[in-house]
Amino acid sequence: MSGPLKISLTRRYRFSASHRLYSHRFSEEQNREIYGKCSNPHGHGHNYVVEVTIAGPVDAATGMVANLGDLDPFVAREVVEVFDQKYLNEEVPEFREVVPTTENLCREIYRRLKAFPAARLERVRIEETTNNSFEFAG
Amino acid sequence: MIRVTRKIEFSAAHFYHNPNFSAEENRRIFGKCNNPHGHGHNYTVEVTVAGEADPATGMVVNLRELKEILEREICDRMDHRHLNYEVPELAGQIPTCENLAATIWRLLDPKITQGRLDRVRVYESPDIFADCTAEPNGKAPHAAASRDAQEESA
Repeated sequence: MSGPLKISLTRRYRFSASHRLYSHRFSEEQNREIYGKCSNPHGHGHNYVVEVTIAGPVDAATGMVANLGDLDPFVAREVVEVFDQKYLNEEVPEFREVVPTTENLCREIYRRLKAFPAARLERVRIEETTNNSFEFAG
Repeated sequence: MIRVTRKIEFSAAHFYHNPNFSAEENRRIFGKCNNPHGHGHNYTVEVTVAGEADPATGMVVNLRELKEILEREICDRMDHRHLNYEVPELAGQIPTCENLAATIWRLLDPKITQGRLDRVRVYESPDIFADCTAEPNGKAPHAAASRDAQEESA
């Protein structure tokens, strides 16, 4: 007989956005040195994939940690509608002063989704490209 | 510690329906997954076994033997079946990927004798998956097994 089990549910969402890695704390030359082509002044974009993991007891009546019918509109409102087809540096207030690296994007998306009422947010993982991914678990 | 993961696929039909809910509640809670004719998925199951490599074989677990266990315990029971009607281990449960992950864990856990079962991940589609792991401290409420808990306390 197995001991107590932990169940989580993960759902992948997508948005596309542009950004530029640039910090006012550094000189132009330092920015180029640190961020390389990612600091191109005109910006560049990615097709981001956001993996949202929630955990908690499975409701015996529904068989679910949380209903995706609740999670999907929550993530759409808190994340996808806020970031999709935007220039993160200019159009998302949180990134006016914070460099929109995907590390910081993980933290910001985690902060936005933490309030999901139906289950505990366990992890946000973002694929910036198929080769680079980042995750934050609070 | 080393983790070894083996993937296996099966295809099955299911639908979500709780007989204790009204027809209207079933539709509201489960949406199109409540369609009584059912629908299907190509499920992918990733089974992770953890342990130290045996110095003699260099293996945590013999993958050929693990594959045989997965085929017997998962595919023979679930492949090309209707999960609501044809899998006794899921009887009385809504066949969500959360419940599938926990059910597959309980089927595999006693069969894994080399290394220990570390994680069962069930993909219902490439964008939705559930993970089942052992509670780290063993004290938290038995998540997917609330049905077991009810049975045990009854």
